[in-house]
Amino acid sequence: MIQIHNLNVHLGSGRARVHAVRNVSFDVKQGESFGLVGESGSGKSTVLRAISGLYQNHSGEIQIDGEVQGGSKGIDFYKKLQMVFQDPYASLHPRHTVDQTLSEPLQIHKLDHVEKRIRTALENVGLGINFRFRYPHQLSGGQRQRVAVARAMILEPRILLLDEPTSALDVSVQAEVLNLLTILRIEHSLTYILVSHDLAVVAYMCEQIAVMNKGQIVENLSKEQIIKSQATEPYTQQLLAASKGYDRETARRLLQFN
Amino acid sequence: MSSIQQMSKNHNPLLQIENLNVEFLNHTGNSIRAVREVSFTLGQERLGIVGESGSGKSTVGRAILSLIPPTGKIKAEKIALNGIDLQKLSELEMRKIRGNKISMIMQDPKHALNPVMRVGEQIAEALRLHNNIARSEAKQKVLDILKDVQIRDPERVYRAYPHELSGGMGQRVMIAMMLIPDPNLLIADEPTSALDVTVQMQILAIIDDLVREKGMGLIFISHDLNLMASFCDRVLIMYAGKVVEECQASELAQAKHPYTKGLLSCLPTVENSNQILATLNRDPAWLE
Repeated sequence: MIQIHNLNVHLGSGRARVHAVRNVSFDVKQGESFGLVGESGSGKSTVLRAISGLYQNHSGEIQIDGEVQGGSKGIDFYKKLQMVFQDPYASLHPRHTVDQTLSEPLQIHKLDHVEKRIRTALENVGLGINFRFRYPHQLSGGQRQRVAVARAMILEPRILLLDEPTSALDVSVQAEVLNLLTILRIEHSLTYILVSHDLAVVAYMCEQIAVMNKGQIVENLSKEQIIKSQATEPYTQQLLAASKGYDRETARRLLQFN
Repeated sequence: MSSIQQMSKNHNPLLQIENLNVEFLNHTGNSIRAVREVSFTLGQERLGIVGESGSGKSTVGRAILSLIPPTGKIKAEKIALNGIDLQKLSELEMRKIRGNKISMIMQDPKHALNPVMRVGEQIAEALRLHNNIARSEAKQKVLDILKDVQIRDPERVYRAYPHELSGGMGQRVMIAMMLIPDPNLLIADEPTSALDVTVQMQILAIIDDLVREKGMGLIFISHDLNLMASFCDRVLIMYAGKVVEECQASELAQAKHPYTKGLLSCLPTVENSNQILATLNRDPAWLE
């Protein structure tokens, strides 16, 4: 479904030019959930943004559904692929009601049956129709993220790019949003790429996981390998150990990776 | 040194909180009870306060330092540090407590540090406010404490501005600033939530070592249950302003209150990845 080959992204210019993504390649099959995990600055979100077309100046090949992506993307591309962002407090327009937020993509794509589509979209994410005319400030964090998911899902895309979809949420709300994403994936046979710094979330959601550091993929792991702690790269092993909670001995042995 | 001796002389616990209530008035004139009937004592130990956003955990920390905005009211039977009731102190006397006896590490160094002041001068200010010492002596102490929080090049960091430091470095600077007046009690409000897991480990190790060496009390406020269980000695679980459960950190997994159990069971792990996660059914009875 998604094939990335030798992706390189440079950001900034002159002295501030950063090689943010270095020779990243991976394949995601139809219906699969693929996880990108890494620390801040590892380039995981940049990969996602490059796939979604938010960066133009990348080299390498991005193939989606058999089509190689060029510089400018048509409207059909965005019907196939949608993105959910990290912070539902920032990604929803504060002066737009849920109804306005959801009908905008429908207008852009000139879709009919607006009424019915908004209704289904809200039901799909477990919000009733009575949420339709609320503003974001009248919603809790979890409800906002559901609206963000509904906005992405209303175009019936086949791929969802999820950039830290639960990092801004409490654990109990995180569980609700993760459940919603799991159910939507099964019901609509979606393909996910999930980016997170939280190894537990990625391991829970994804079958295939790529660990990134300093713009490169350090290691590819399957879910089974994580369960059995079969990471071979020291960087991954350290990340696994550090996410298990505080331990004075582990802290003493932490290494720097370049 | 002397602070520990003083403490062992009087037999009062380091910190005593009895029946703490904090109310906020909102713009419609209704009062919101952010903290309700919270009582606990703290010795030279690491006490964790865990809860979701809005549970009042940070407000407890701020109430101890009486750093509540004017719209809020603190009511308590007792907020005592080494037996001294902090509520009876004037604002001027309270200033001598803040930073000097009790200090607080905030969540985000990007917001909590002064952006237009060199890091070293900010740390020195914390020291010079409470002690009458020479500028040169203060500088030497700042360089020493920067070394204590494992900054490799203290001279460079001393001259740096906050924006020139990474998140982890900024947090070390904040910890240095809070530790330099040698407080008895350290309140750490989500000190590592903005940091990567490996950096988090390093920062916690620094706090851990310093708290042990200097015999401080630590109140560690966080939403991260796993971290609490592995880092603290004792944990208070807060829900809607109330402490619903108190337990040894090592026994957090065997918690009894349905809220704590609920929080623990909704954590995603590799092991439960084929199941739908449990979600929390909030029982109105928890508010009673």
